[in-house]
Amino acid sequence: MSFATTKSTKLAVVLTPAILCQCGCRGIQSALDPAGPQSRSISGHWWLLFWVCTVVFVLVVGFMLYGLWRSKIQTPNDAPVDPAKETRTTWYVSACVVATVVILFVFLVASLSTAKTIFSKPGGKPLEIEVTGHQWWWEVRYPDPDSSKIVVTANEIHIPAGQPVHILLKSADVIHSFWVPKLQGKMDLIPMHSNSLWMQADFPGVYRGQCAEFCGHQHAHMSFLVIAEPLADFNQWRDQQIQSGPPPADPVLRKGQHVFLSSSCVLCHTLRGTTASATLAPDLTHFASRHTIAAGTLSNDRASLERWIVNSQGVKPGNKMPPNDLNPEDLQNLLSYLGSLK
Amino acid sequence: MQSALLEPKRVQLPEASASEDLAELERAWSNPRGIIGWLSHVDHQSIGKRYIVTAFIFLLFGGVEALLIRLQLARPENKFLGPDLYNQIFTMHGTTMMFLFAVPVMEGMGIYLVPLMIGTRNVPFPRLNSFGYYLFVIGGIFLYAGFLLNIGPDAGWFSYVPLAGPAFSPGKRVDFWAQMITFTEFSGLIAAVELIVTVFKMRAPGMSLDRIPLFVWGMLVQSFMVVFAMPAVMIASTFLLMDRTLGTHFFNPAEGGDPLMWQHIFWFFGHPEVYIIFIPALGIVSSIVTAFTRKSIFGYTAMVLSLVATAFIGFGLWVHHMFATGLPPLGASFFTSASMMIAIPSGVQIFCWLATLRNGTVRITVPLLFVFGFVFIFVLGGLTGVMVASVPFDLQAHDTFFVVAHFHYVLIGGSVFPLLGAIHYWFPKMTGRMMSETLGKITFWVVFIGFNLTFFPMHLLGLKGMPRRVYTYQPNLGWGALNLVATVGAVIIAIGGAIFIANVIISYKSGEMANGNPWGASTLEWGTTSPPPHYNFLYLPTVNGREALWSRSDDDPVVTGVRTDRRESLSTSILDARPDHRYPLAGPSIWPFITALAVTFGFIGSVFKGSLIFYGAGLSLVALIGWFWPRPSHNEQPERVEKGATESNDQVVARS
Repeated sequence: MSFATTKSTKLAVVLTPAILCQCGCRGIQSALDPAGPQSRSISGHWWLLFWVCTVVFVLVVGFMLYGLWRSKIQTPNDAPVDPAKETRTTWYVSACVVATVVILFVFLVASLSTAKTIFSKPGGKPLEIEVTGHQWWWEVRYPDPDSSKIVVTANEIHIPAGQPVHILLKSADVIHSFWVPKLQGKMDLIPMHSNSLWMQADFPGVYRGQCAEFCGHQHAHMSFLVIAEPLADFNQWRDQQIQSGPPPADPVLRKGQHVFLSSSCVLCHTLRGTTASATLAPDLTHFASRHTIAAGTLSNDRASLERWIVNSQGVKPGNKMPPNDLNPEDLQNLLSYLGSLK
Repeated sequence: MQSALLEPKRVQLPEASASEDLAELERAWSNPRGIIGWLSHVDHQSIGKRYIVTAFIFLLFGGVEALLIRLQLARPENKFLGPDLYNQIFTMHGTTMMFLFAVPVMEGMGIYLVPLMIGTRNVPFPRLNSFGYYLFVIGGIFLYAGFLLNIGPDAGWFSYVPLAGPAFSPGKRVDFWAQMITFTEFSGLIAAVELIVTVFKMRAPGMSLDRIPLFVWGMLVQSFMVVFAMPAVMIASTFLLMDRTLGTHFFNPAEGGDPLMWQHIFWFFGHPEVYIIFIPALGIVSSIVTAFTRKSIFGYTAMVLSLVATAFIGFGLWVHHMFATGLPPLGASFFTSASMMIAIPSGVQIFCWLATLRNGTVRITVPLLFVFGFVFIFVLGGLTGVMVASVPFDLQAHDTFFVVAHFHYVLIGGSVFPLLGAIHYWFPKMTGRMMSETLGKITFWVVFIGFNLTFFPMHLLGLKGMPRRVYTYQPNLGWGALNLVATVGAVIIAIGGAIFIANVIISYKSGEMANGNPWGASTLEWGTTSPPPHYNFLYLPTVNGREALWSRSDDDPVVTGVRTDRRESLSTSILDARPDHRYPLAGPSIWPFITALAVTFGFIGSVFKGSLIFYGAGLSLVALIGWFWPRPSHNEQPERVEKGATESNDQVVARS
């Protein structure tokens, strides 16, 4: 329990300023508040584009208004065209076109150099993580040559802070798009194609990500958290996730596990260390160590979990988890059991 | 033979002859009465107006959908619309605006205005024209029937596979979308062919290529883009329909199909589509600027070349919709360059208009106000367009509200503002009555303020991480305030829309009467009465300058020798518009409507049962026999010359 509490406190510490500062650039999912080298490079590029374009906009609109004002104080003329004036106008227009071309060229060079920064492999040994998009949740897998050391979790990506991470992107069904605005631009997950991206969080913190490609009913509720931690904390987390779930310690938890294993839960979910090993839905082995339920839809507490299990369609209409008609006692036991899976 | 025109003969034109011509023209061009008669109209004025009115009705539908979207997003975790309805509504909004409003309304403007502007009596294939209109309106009704029966499409106006494929969108929803595409694109192609031939072969004598009004250039360039772009989306939607109904695997990754192929084909159409909507609007802006500065547009040649360049480059940008799909960097940088390059011709045009405004004497009227609104909004949208052309920035902005803001700035600013200006500008020509300037000014300011209030905050929302097409969002993300502002703005736009509709209705009923040329404009449509007679001009005009009416003198020649006792016009050569031959035009017929119904049977039937397409084809064949059945009034020999023969051996002469 204490582990979860510390995590929640950390989360709250990170979340609060984001909530307080609603109208500025900051935010848990803001591209203008970069927290890694890739996103910072894009953000720098954006400010260049922004300022140059602002100047251009002000000039064009200003010229339009000025021209309007000038033309009103001129005497109306149907007089023959003054060739000198026409020539002058030609020069002005040509100069504007040349300026446009120069600006576009600057933008092009800036764009290519930024692209090089964000796409190139950073130095150091990167951590590889496989992310698979499902309608409407994220499967997260830390591959390892030793199959007993593979970590599988969902909707929450833990990374070591200050270290580059290589994310391999796959899709199990339709096209999704992986996007953590504070760390890196987005990249699509396309069935039968494999994409990847580099990202890095400079400091420990929680960064929210969300699916950015329309993927059906619950596209809106397909988010995840990237949790960057100091390397030691990350390793501790990883070691803990490698383990199978703790065996139920008391009769309530044992009953809860029995409910899980004897109901329809096992048709979709995995609990490593038990007979439940289906892969249609998130791996629940360390369910209680996660911060959210249903891809960021609800916070992970007992009341929300109860809502979710009993009436998942009311919480996230159209999602693929069926409602579960459990009797109250079974439900409470199940909630206790799931809450123990740290 | 062709020199007859260039050296006009001064032949006494007896009064009796003119009134006789008039009576004959009235008889030959009168439209049949009754419901069947109404469905038989084939004149470009009727069809053009029907396109415009129908498209505005769809704009109203699309606008209501937009309001529903905004109401749902006004606050976080709103329960107003569920995901199912929301997804249908945003799909319908995009589909309606792109396929049922923006393209058809521009084509309607073209069909109504181009024959008048170039001085002919009708489009060259009048029945095909009415057939195209019926396909469009039936396609629209078909889509909305599905929506009202709760089988509206819900996979987005772009219908990305595999989401729109049979595995993830079972049922008929996406089939309705795919087949609606076939209807509307068919109709779009028909309008494009009509306009190309009209512009190339039907221009008034003397209107050489370098004297064509810029609006007509715009419609011509747009029509060529339609011809090259629309087949792509028809093929894509047909593949999709086959995947869904016949079990083919064009886009099924499990069987070796490729979901990215859909995106390539779709955007090969989808990006030019933006310019298909936008280029006619550029023509509108040029018309309005010319009329209210009393000056030719500065840099006519540069303007025309810019239109053509935009059209060409417009076909080389489609991949910028796919920057996040993981393209090879070299390929992506090519499309970045192309996407930035298209800003150059757009810039040239903006600079030329500003130069014209600067050098001319400006009369500020409602149409011109809309042009100012256009410059303000479109330049802003164009600049954000340059931003998203950059791959790194696009990876942050793509599929967020930043892009929603960008393309509404470009499409509403670049297209709807000029269009509203165009309605105020050409309303007197179409109806014979002026629109109220006061209500028009109020409309402009309300829509302008509402627009910016709605869409400017979306730039910020996108940068703050709000993706598109989400039916709701959580309160702790800090998007609530900006979304609320956007919703308030949307309500203000709706109020502006209501004022516009009120203005149209009031002015139509009791507006000030308009004379033939209330604005003192230069193009030929202002050289006839308001509204024009069904045959457009008593005598087909000739042209001796770029601004036809401004350079016209009292003794300019007119075309004679074209028969007035049946529907007929003059065909001219492509480059110099020298008189070529007389061209008989088909008269009213119910058969295009019946053929459209037969085609509809096949298209809609095939959604439910593939073989019905063959029955539809059979029925269409029967209808086409009716369509082409020779009738006495239209099968006369074109060589037969009754009038004008005494004046010259030429088929056509001009006389003053």
